[in-house]
Amino acid sequence: MPRFTVGSEVRARLGDPDGHTRVPRYVRGHCGEVVGLHGDWKLPDAAVRGTLVTEPVYAVRFRAADLWGHGGHDVIVELWESYLEEAEGER
Amino acid sequence: MSGDHGGHDHGHGGGDGGHHDANIAARVRELEAQLVEAGQVTEAELEAILLEGWSGSPANGAAIVARAWADPGFRDRLLADGNAAVGELGLEAEGYLLKAVANTADVHNLIVCTLCSCYPTNLLGPSPGWYKSFAYRARAVREPRAVLAEFGVELPDSTQITVWDSTAEARYLVVPVRPAGSDGLPEASLAALVTRNGLVGTAVV
Repeated sequence: MPRFTVGSEVRARLGDPDGHTRVPRYVRGHCGEVVGLHGDWKLPDAAVRGTLVTEPVYAVRFRAADLWGHGGHDVIVELWESYLEEAEGER
Repeated sequence: MSGDHGGHDHGHGGGDGGHHDANIAARVRELEAQLVEAGQVTEAELEAILLEGWSGSPANGAAIVARAWADPGFRDRLLADGNAAVGELGLEAEGYLLKAVANTADVHNLIVCTLCSCYPTNLLGPSPGWYKSFAYRARAVREPRAVLAEFGVELPDSTQITVWDSTAEARYLVVPVRPAGSDGLPEASLAALVTRNGLVGTAVV
């Protein structure tokens, strides 16, 4: 079962893993809102180590002003579940 | 690594002196050579991957958009489940989630892959050269309005811009706003209005 649902407020994890990951640096530590569930997919961080881990992928909407300090647009980034932590009310 | 490319000339080197992609082409050749030398991939496998990309075409995207403009029911199905909907046109989107996003008078969608250059190549063909550039990838998420202006797209301030960063397993398709004056056109004529850039959001049609 996916841990989050549409409307969940989440934060992209901080951190700088040793290996491959697909969390863009520009969203790390920032809060956003889940706007879509994109199904279960292989976690690339594990796949590059030869391990099969499948996780839900979420479309998470970030406000440009939160990411860059300016801009009126939104950026929607796809993030695997383990890239996210709960952040209700923190946005 | 020797850096010797003697046996790895695919015929895409040289002849483009001064072209801005030349440095990338050289890097790609070097990477290919090293991966083949290390036994990670064979020349034949690389060719197969490239051919898969060439089997797609922007004409597929244009046909999908034209159907969405002509048939509201199809449009709804496309936005809800892109993979299933394109099957109605005899097209295949496999191995990824096909996410169609519709532009409206109020919202403009723009697609980028900041981490690499993800694109639905098996459906739409190879991505545009600029789509893979560092400048586009860095700037689309940061200042999309300025990037769009450089593509000749001037949007009203009231238009909300949504940038989709293709970081995982979804591949995106923009459904542009149907042009004014296109009422009553048959689907084939509608499809002729759709450009490759329109499918990514760097053009209105």
